[in-house]
Amino acid sequence: MKIKLQNKIAINIIRIIAALVVVILLFLLGDILISGVPHISWHFLTSASQSFASGGGIGVQLFNSIYLLLLTLIISFPISLGAGIFLSEYAPKNIFTSIVRMAIEVLSSLPSVVVGLFGFLLFVVQFQMGFSILSGAIALTFFNLPLLTRNIEESLRAVPDLQREAGMALGLSKWRTVTRVILPEALPGIITGVVLGAGRVFGEAAALIYTAGQSATNIDFGNWNPFNAASPLNLMRPAETLAVHIWKINSEGVMPDASAVSAGASAVLIIVVLLFNIFARIIGNSLYRKLTATK
Amino acid sequence: MDPIKKKIQSSSRETRQDLLGKVITYTCIALIVLVVLSIFVFVASKGMATFFVNKANFWDFLTGKNWNPSMVDSKGKPMLGALPMIAGSFGVTILAVLFATPFAIGTALYMTEIASHKGERILQSVIELLVGIPSVVYGFIGLSVIVPFVRNNIGGSGYGILSGSFVLFVMVLPTVTSMTVDSLRAVPRFYKEASLALGATKWQTIYKVILRSSTSGILTAIIFGMARAFGEALAVQMVIGNAAVMPTSLLSSASTLTSVLTMGIGNTVMGTVANNALWSLALILLLMSLFFNIVVRLIGRKGRM
Amino acid sequence: MKNLTKITALIIASSALLVGCGKSGASNGSTSSSEASGKITVVGSTALQPLVEKAAENYQADNAKVSITVQGGGSGTGLSQVQSGAVTIGNSDIFAEQQKGIKADKLVDHKVAVVGMAPVVNKDSGVKNVTMAQLRDIFTGKITNWKDVGGKDESIVLINRPEGSGTRATFEAAVMNGQSAKKSQEQDSNGTVQKMVAQTPGAVSYLAFSYVKPTIQELSIDGVKPTDDNVTNNKWKIWSYEHMYTKGQPNKVTKGFLKYMTSDKVQKGLVKDLGYISINQMNVQKDANNKVTSK
Repeated sequence: MKIKLQNKIAINIIRIIAALVVVILLFLLGDILISGVPHISWHFLTSASQSFASGGGIGVQLFNSIYLLLLTLIISFPISLGAGIFLSEYAPKNIFTSIVRMAIEVLSSLPSVVVGLFGFLLFVVQFQMGFSILSGAIALTFFNLPLLTRNIEESLRAVPDLQREAGMALGLSKWRTVTRVILPEALPGIITGVVLGAGRVFGEAAALIYTAGQSATNIDFGNWNPFNAASPLNLMRPAETLAVHIWKINSEGVMPDASAVSAGASAVLIIVVLLFNIFARIIGNSLYRKLTATK
Repeated sequence: MDPIKKKIQSSSRETRQDLLGKVITYTCIALIVLVVLSIFVFVASKGMATFFVNKANFWDFLTGKNWNPSMVDSKGKPMLGALPMIAGSFGVTILAVLFATPFAIGTALYMTEIASHKGERILQSVIELLVGIPSVVYGFIGLSVIVPFVRNNIGGSGYGILSGSFVLFVMVLPTVTSMTVDSLRAVPRFYKEASLALGATKWQTIYKVILRSSTSGILTAIIFGMARAFGEALAVQMVIGNAAVMPTSLLSSASTLTSVLTMGIGNTVMGTVANNALWSLALILLLMSLFFNIVVRLIGRKGRM
Repeated sequence: MKNLTKITALIIASSALLVGCGKSGASNGSTSSSEASGKITVVGSTALQPLVEKAAENYQADNAKVSITVQGGGSGTGLSQVQSGAVTIGNSDIFAEQQKGIKADKLVDHKVAVVGMAPVVNKDSGVKNVTMAQLRDIFTGKITNWKDVGGKDESIVLINRPEGSGTRATFEAAVMNGQSAKKSQEQDSNGTVQKMVAQTPGAVSYLAFSYVKPTIQELSIDGVKPTDDNVTNNKWKIWSYEHMYTKGQPNKVTKGFLKYMTSDKVQKGLVKDLGYISINQMNVQKDANNKVTSK
């Protein structure tokens, strides 16, 4: 009887904890959305920002955030995929592997400022890349790599060894087993990693101040030639993202509607993250179905 | 030529595929190691300059309580005592993780063991959303909600380690939770089934089987949470008060390595003592997270045996 | 290993230098044409950034061939980057002579605006005027309660600005009379200080005029109100210049832009709009040793 009671109490404590967390999370999201959503309008989403007058929008910043995210994923995803496969499938159990693992974890604890300044001195100044969206994407890759790598490794690990043995038994090479059997099976977990990484990219400010810069140059949305300086796709233009914009108007903004713009931008950011999550999951699920032949 | 002999002697398609796989994955891992190494060398070379170029004493740096890089003391050495910041960083990080761990494990258990599939999905999306909130926004919510709350209900001016760790608690919660969920999911299903078949209750299964076998995964999640807490600057900076003095209580203003680093780096000139000293703080930060990492790993190894 | 990195860095640096030389040579060559063309990179003070950014935007509208990038990063970053030649113009809140590690004789100063600063307190304190001596005693920690300066019985919460920031240097030069301030809370950005003072009972700090909002109480010193007019004749002592430094004399393109910054169009328009005081209005001048002489 005592054991059953214990069980009941423990399960209920877990429920209470989960409920508390939900309350905290809902409070946070509610706070941001309630104060921000009333400021969102079509004009706000599409027009350029103002440096001191009211009525500024976040159009360019919104585009920059999304573009920067895609670039960062393009750079960091293949690398972390390879590294994740290495750690879960190939890594020998020796001191080298544990050093690599530790290095990755230490990388994730670097403060943004340090990565930002590293990127500034190396990419912006030494490699003459200037304050550019490319410098920013590389700096963000540094944050993304540890998170993504660990997540991919963990999701691959979660696939039962039976699958690997089955692959081997069919005479497949290890590489083919991993890429054709294990990887598709691990896809949902990997998508979670991508989504988490994307959140981090959307929310990062300190590292970008020194690399992608904090000014949004005028871009011409009619010009899609990536080599033209005014094109939205240009890799070498400075690009202020939403998070940097929020930081900037909160710390030095003198426009009369600074707090409204900041609240609106925060709400937009959350909505964009939400949309990205849904989008990534839909793509992930359809891919999963296609690759694993589940209905 | 004998085709069979040829086939046996040359490497098979599978072997070649495997070689390709090895090359690809080794390259990726080498790339990451290279990145880590270059940052390490970069930070170390800048951070060491304080001791080799500016001749500061490393031990004084670690234990000194007076931080004022632009001034010199009676012996003509710059006042570089980083202990207040080290203590502050330790304080907020440990407190935040202490708050966050039970919540994260509880929520993760609820998601993996108790909740319905739908409830689990909703909870997961909400947690993922939280990762995307910029730290500035966390900082301002901390400034407008947590600081007054601490001031009115607990005491002090509201700025201090306690407020800092509350903000960090919320910030690391999503990271720790989602990683704990991953490692709980990685527990083979038959462990659970075997335990339940033996007549164990759900709680007994969770406590004696699931948590035990995912200990190292949970520990890694905690390390990552700590790492995030350590490296976080913008949000903590707004609520901790940034006074480079030894923290006397959880309610008095303190500072962390990152907050001093972030505030000072734009105002100092590269190559000066003040700037080098900030890089030394970054180096300490790196070494400290390395240290934490090793300690937690050792604990994890013991726990498994 | 270390040697190798050094050599690589050296090679990269020297090639970067070569590229840089080639670039500046090109822009010098093209100055013979009637319309100036070239690239200007401006880095530094976050306080000055909005002004320069907006001015650059307007300037580029008239001079399509000039491309100007404006970034923040802080006065120290601005000065060290312009000194190393990585950027064209370094924005700074303080004189290069006052910044440690900068060889001021290599840099040319262009003053583009004047910024006045006022001590501010939380409205709760009940104080509207202090003497210079009282203000000093508050910041050295001799006075710890508002009732000692005629306010209500409430302890003072000092919020200082970080060591090395332009705002603090200006405030200390004008107020502290060589005494050092008590160690206390520090906060970097004007926007954050404004919010903290507004919501912390008993708080005191100092802010640029443009950030003094109705939510906080500005203090008069010895009966003198912090207004633009009082700054122009130095009745109000806490003010400083906003500087744009170039390494050596600027080339033609940069000169054109700097001239535009001090033109009436900017000085009477943008400078006013952003809450600065026009450099042309000043009846007095200050040198790097804080000596004020009439113009």
